[in-house]
Amino acid sequence: MATKTRTVEVELSTTGLDKQGRPQRVPLVTDSAGNVVPVTAVPAMEPELEADHMLINIGPQHPATHGVLRLVLELDGETVVRCIPHVGYLHCGFEKIGEYRQYNQIIPWTDREDYLNSPGNNVAFALGAERLFGIEITERCKVLRVIAMELSRIISHCVWIGTTCIDIGAFTPFLWIFQQRERVYTMLESWIGARLTTTLTRVGGMGADIPDGWTDDLANFVRTFPKVVNEVDAMLTKNGIWVGRTVGLGAMSPDEAVNYGLSGPMVRASGVAYDVRKDFPYLDYETYDFDVPVGSAGDVYDRYLVRMEEMRQSVRILEQALKRLPDGPVNVDDHRVILPPKHKATSDMESMIHHFKQVMEGPRPPVGEAYVAVESPKGEKGYYMVSDGTAKPVRWRIRPPSFVNLSAIPRMVEGHLLSDVIAINASIDIVMGEIDR
Amino acid sequence: MQRYDVVWGETTIIVDNGRLHEIVQWLHDDETQRYDYLSDVTAVEFRDFERPMEVVWHLRSLPFRRFIRLKVLLPKGQPLEVPSVWDIYKGADWLERECYDMFGIKFAGHPDLRRILMWEQYKEGFPLRKDFPLRGRFSRSEQLRQILSQNPEAKYSMDELSIVEAFDELPPDVQQRLGRGERVG
Repeated sequence: MATKTRTVEVELSTTGLDKQGRPQRVPLVTDSAGNVVPVTAVPAMEPELEADHMLINIGPQHPATHGVLRLVLELDGETVVRCIPHVGYLHCGFEKIGEYRQYNQIIPWTDREDYLNSPGNNVAFALGAERLFGIEITERCKVLRVIAMELSRIISHCVWIGTTCIDIGAFTPFLWIFQQRERVYTMLESWIGARLTTTLTRVGGMGADIPDGWTDDLANFVRTFPKVVNEVDAMLTKNGIWVGRTVGLGAMSPDEAVNYGLSGPMVRASGVAYDVRKDFPYLDYETYDFDVPVGSAGDVYDRYLVRMEEMRQSVRILEQALKRLPDGPVNVDDHRVILPPKHKATSDMESMIHHFKQVMEGPRPPVGEAYVAVESPKGEKGYYMVSDGTAKPVRWRIRPPSFVNLSAIPRMVEGHLLSDVIAINASIDIVMGEIDR
Repeated sequence: MQRYDVVWGETTIIVDNGRLHEIVQWLHDDETQRYDYLSDVTAVEFRDFERPMEVVWHLRSLPFRRFIRLKVLLPKGQPLEVPSVWDIYKGADWLERECYDMFGIKFAGHPDLRRILMWEQYKEGFPLRKDFPLRGRFSRSEQLRQILSQNPEAKYSMDELSIVEAFDELPPDVQQRLGRGERVG
């Protein structure tokens, strides 16, 4: 697990790297001649300890496990020898419930699986259902969905930065970044009425068009948000404690990361430029100009850098989306899938029939199956839907990115210290709602 | 290869159960294919009880930006067993465990095939099968009784207890259950 030397270590003027690639935490003092030298301490004799391995249980109720994850660790001294993760404490059977619901009724469930990325999940599900139905959505809807996905990427990464800071010991960036997250939630609230569980999309369109003046809010956010990212950047990127607690931890080589099925910032930190938006584009992402940041070492520090840069790239995409947001209808003009407007349903006979059929029976897709993957903040989020021609799917499968990412945690933590397990676990960006579903 | 379809730009290939591992290995290794990324492993059971169950693998080729779906059909009444691809993709570990947990499909060659989302002593069967009712097989009171009857001291598996040699300190009934090979983790 060789870690390349980066400029950050030089700038921090550490005395060098230890065996695990971390900067040495040796204090510097001024000697009698006025030179800055590291403290040379006489190594203390280690007491004779029993060679027994210790069993440590973290979770399921532990704030640093980000939910109800349980890790059983075998320790040799303070070094992790083996890690046995246990998941499933939050299992609610979303996929089973989905088989008893119409397509539009499933969208509220997608809010609740990865609850930090609700708008993104709604869009992903709607895209999958639309491929199944064979619907082409309108141009305005596409751009609005891009805005929703990028906003949800920003709020999810905000939570990641904030909680990881707290796990590692920094409190201030948490407050700064959560203020920005709150701004996004306020914007979502004025768009759709809900903050956390948005249910933003419908099959064939959106739940609501953006209200008047909303683009001004967004433009304001886009203008001011990078400043806060830069502040957090200035606070953390060259911070000795932050670097000391993140560099060299949980490194995955590119081949390994791909083999373990990692996705999102996890695989990109290892140097694999796999981004669903670029490689398997949806929602015309190929026409937006943005970069895919990749890391070099694949450690916790690189994952942090990748996520920071992704927020800036999201802002770039939002700027472009704002410029190109066209006028026109949001929903497709097909009342077999989309509810007619309320005023028409109460005044026009035909619309009322459509409304009745929609609500009572639900839209029916043709027989078939579709797997649609999108780039969620955690990685490749896929929805696999199988239809037998009825209004309810035969199978609704979520491909959860953090589930697959978490499955590599035994590989990532082995050989590291117990306190580093917390940092590595935080770096995966897990949401237990999505893992357990 | 039994059949292949291309629907909505997604290629679906239905392969023979016996040759699945060989085919996946070839897709992974061959220079012209290089399907190096396993997206998903899952299964589909249809409402039509005559229709065979399908196990589905979604593979991606990151160098060539390709996507492929492999399927194995498992006819009703035959053992639900397919080869594991864990030795090719390490990421298949939890995905196959979840598929086993939810559908009861055995992945031959998986090193640690046990339940993942449901707990080890879960007795009601496999939740995503179509013959499994939405509210579970047992009544609410029975489900509650089973949960309450779980011994909180036995929350470690034998595997984990062997780490600290804490077996002797356990209550005798838990020792007996562990001795019978029962998983109590």
